[in-house]
Amino acid sequence: MNRIHQKLQEDKKILSIYFTAGYPSLNDTVKIIQDLEKNGVDMIEIGLPFSDPLADGPTIQASSTQALKNGMTTALLFQQLKDIRKSVSIPLIVMGYFNPVLQYGVEKFCKECQEIGIDGLILPDLPLDVYQENYETIFKKYGLVNVFLITPQTSDARIRQIDTASDGFIYMVSSASVTGSQDGFGNNQETYFERIADMKLKNPQVVGFGINNSETFLQATKQAKGAIIGSAFIKFLTQHGVDKIGDFVKGIRK
Amino acid sequence: MNYNVDEKGYYGEFGGAFIPEMLYPNVENLRQQYLKIMAEPSFKKEFDQLLKDYVGRPSPLYFAKRLSEKYNTKVYLKREDLNHTGAHKVNNTIGQILMAKRLGKSRIIAETGAGQHGVATATVCALMGMECIVYMGEIDIARQAPNVARMKMLGAEVRPAKSGSRTLKDATNEAIRDWINNPVDTHYIIGSAIGPHPYPDMVTRFQSIISEEIKWQLKEKEGRENPDYVVACIGGGSNAAGTFYHFLHEKEVGIIAVEAAGLGVDSGESAATSVLGKMGIIHGCKTLLMQTTDGQITEPYSISAGLDYPGVGPMHAHLYKTGRAEFIAVTDDEAMQAGMVLSKLEGIIPAIESSHAFAILETRKFQPEEVVVFNLSGRGDKDLDTYIKYFKL
Repeated sequence: MNRIHQKLQEDKKILSIYFTAGYPSLNDTVKIIQDLEKNGVDMIEIGLPFSDPLADGPTIQASSTQALKNGMTTALLFQQLKDIRKSVSIPLIVMGYFNPVLQYGVEKFCKECQEIGIDGLILPDLPLDVYQENYETIFKKYGLVNVFLITPQTSDARIRQIDTASDGFIYMVSSASVTGSQDGFGNNQETYFERIADMKLKNPQVVGFGINNSETFLQATKQAKGAIIGSAFIKFLTQHGVDKIGDFVKGIRK
Repeated sequence: MNYNVDEKGYYGEFGGAFIPEMLYPNVENLRQQYLKIMAEPSFKKEFDQLLKDYVGRPSPLYFAKRLSEKYNTKVYLKREDLNHTGAHKVNNTIGQILMAKRLGKSRIIAETGAGQHGVATATVCALMGMECIVYMGEIDIARQAPNVARMKMLGAEVRPAKSGSRTLKDATNEAIRDWINNPVDTHYIIGSAIGPHPYPDMVTRFQSIISEEIKWQLKEKEGRENPDYVVACIGGGSNAAGTFYHFLHEKEVGIIAVEAAGLGVDSGESAATSVLGKMGIIHGCKTLLMQTTDGQITEPYSISAGLDYPGVGPMHAHLYKTGRAEFIAVTDDEAMQAGMVLSKLEGIIPAIESSHAFAILETRKFQPEEVVVFNLSGRGDKDLDTYIKYFKL
């Protein structure tokens, strides 16, 4: 059993944090991960920066651009993470776009993830059918959970299909938006959260996009198993640097 | 060998739809509908009527006598520069706006580099009374002021893309983000033969009117439908796709795609994707693209804003890989000189994109009896500033 599965079995709401590797500074990666765990975060998405992140809003794109300027590469990220399992035990997921993975070599990428102790991947532009046809066996060989997204526009039939193909959790995008582009949840989201809860999927759902404080975290996790915060954390790092990560986490989970 | 798209959306190993789930419902709906809608008699009738009465088709196939004499071969020009709005782009935007209406969409978004596709989109939106938002790189807005003004006169809102390199690829990213944020009422009119399936095929089909006309026009002039060669410039590749389409499976027709070498293929300032590119994923499709070894997409360069794209459409990647098409890279200087030659010999000032195609006449020798059809994809009015600066006119 992978760390993601273990974590999801715990009787608590999951707080997951996304950050872009190589931001604010090139070598902040390990410190950010350690501090997040120390402060009670349950799971971390490590963002592999990409030049053209088309599902992301301005905040994450700007952090990716800066990270690439700082010199972040796939090989360097793996180098930075090689001893991470000596100090960190919560689930770690690499989130990025498919092209850098494809150029690195999908099998080589997965193999090195396993060696480091990465538990899963989120690649929003790797579609379900391509994954199943070409890459599922490789991901599974290296014990990696692949996480798919659903949105309010995703049909019930497709949600069922994604649920069947998933073995971990489903990343539930809270609204029709790119990352970091909204403020609070309204009736549409409530209806959507209930609709998904009523589907009684086999995989737990973790909500992402639009969660930026304790209120939205509570709202998002009323029905879902957990929530992911990305842009709000990147903004915090931009303003406060990497020394006060505890303050951010405490602000979410009061 | 099949050069058309297969049922899964691929041209050989290229193509597909590598899109985030947020775009899936729209792209999937389009995939299921586009061929059905294009085959509807009412769609065909409206499309043909608008191409005839509004765009001014058929565009002439013109025998360029003086150019033919200079290069000692039979040169024909397909005059897409005479279309309304001044380029081939409008063939696609007419098709897609009719598609959008039938899909029940009320809001149109588009990306543009030099502004030609933006103008063609704003034009059809004005025609149909639809809301139009065009994303354009901040840098391109500054260097293409007349086209920005045209779009505004036509009622479109031009939104600057301020992210990344602030040019065409970033404008495309911004348009895709807009579509993610507005999935219900919006249709995205992509301007080139790129993007997730079915876009490359749909755009190619709308542009294929170019080669359809060449066939019957050449029959009238030369007594045969097939030329010895068809030649087109290629950035993303929509004019090339339209020029090649009906000749892809005609073995005796040579296909030549002309890329922008910029300051030279090895100069670091180039857009010659077939030489410099590697298989990867850009804007939702698997194709040849210019990128770092780490898979980050790099910024191309060409004097011509319309060829300044880091990838080529998946159909063209397949034509390159299989050897069906010959790819030639032409530098800024060669293209500018060719533009001048055409102006002086034929009285036609071409778009700098199109000038790239003609530039091969200097180096690629054809036989005197061979018929070579060049797609003159656009007129040079928009490039006057660049011509003025380059030739100190």
